[in-house]
Amino acid sequence: MPELSAIASADPSRTLATPRRTLLLRGGQALLSAGAIALLAGCESAMSSRAASADTMANDAEILNTALGLEYEGIAAYQVGAESGLLEKPVLDVAVQFQGHHKEHADVLAQTVAKLGGTPVLPKAQYNFPVDQLKTQADVLRFAAGLEKGAASAYYGAVPLFGDSALAQAAASIMADEAMHWAVLLHVLGENPVPVAFVS
Amino acid sequence: MIRAATTLSVALLAILPALFAETRAESDVDIAAGEALYERCQGCHSIDRNRIGPMHRGLFGRTAGTLEGFEYSEAMRNSGIVWDEATLDAFLEAPRNYVPGTKMTYAGVKDAQERRDLIAYLRQASAP
Repeated sequence: MPELSAIASADPSRTLATPRRTLLLRGGQALLSAGAIALLAGCESAMSSRAASADTMANDAEILNTALGLEYEGIAAYQVGAESGLLEKPVLDVAVQFQGHHKEHADVLAQTVAKLGGTPVLPKAQYNFPVDQLKTQADVLRFAAGLEKGAASAYYGAVPLFGDSALAQAAASIMADEAMHWAVLLHVLGENPVPVAFVS
Repeated sequence: MIRAATTLSVALLAILPALFAETRAESDVDIAAGEALYERCQGCHSIDRNRIGPMHRGLFGRTAGTLEGFEYSEAMRNSGIVWDEATLDAFLEAPRNYVPGTKMTYAGVKDAQERRDLIAYLRQASAP
């Protein structure tokens, strides 16, 4: 099992104390995306709303925590792929970019869970990926595509559960990103990148 | 003797519709469709490894919240549910209504036929 050192950069203990619109991630390299801002904004609106009960906030934090666990799994999976030696450039670069997206998702999800009063889940020490089945670049890409498709489905299934519609909107933003990853991976595999009209 | 035979015939006639209905329900499921639906579950689950959700191998007959090596919510551990067609059907329709507090943050499979197909696939695929 490869080291999961890359996960360290998604350490949910990182705090973002500066005003959100000037917030910088990864040493100032990337401004927060609109989706991230929406997540934090949704969280803040929930906290400031008299209608937002403790139960609603706890419910939303639980949903985001499940998503956070998924993101950590995705980060670890791309790490396995990157360290497998099976990915050739420029595919490797794309995989690292997608891993970066998952790290951004995880950063903001963890912060939002904490702001809602929850305790962000941590990455697992081990994921028991089926690494023995990854023999070629195509194997790695197909495995990643499956995870991305699954992640899109998970967000799809979670969106209706949010008590705060701003959080639902932000989760949908992440779902769209996962779906784009899935499509690109299918394309690289030579498969139909958009096999269906509806993602569920 | 004749009375006994008549009684038996009447009894058989009484249960035949039920038997027929059960047979028909079995034949109505589409396991291939269920397998396709299971792809939705694979965001968090796998047949053979614990992920965000517990593995499904050996699911039928298992008491909820008892699979070793998976960290369940308190709600699931205390649910007392034993997984079979009926409990899975109720749970999958609206997981967080059936087990409030479950970590399964999924709205549910609302279509009854889809649930039947999915459960039929799960029964086959999760067999020990």
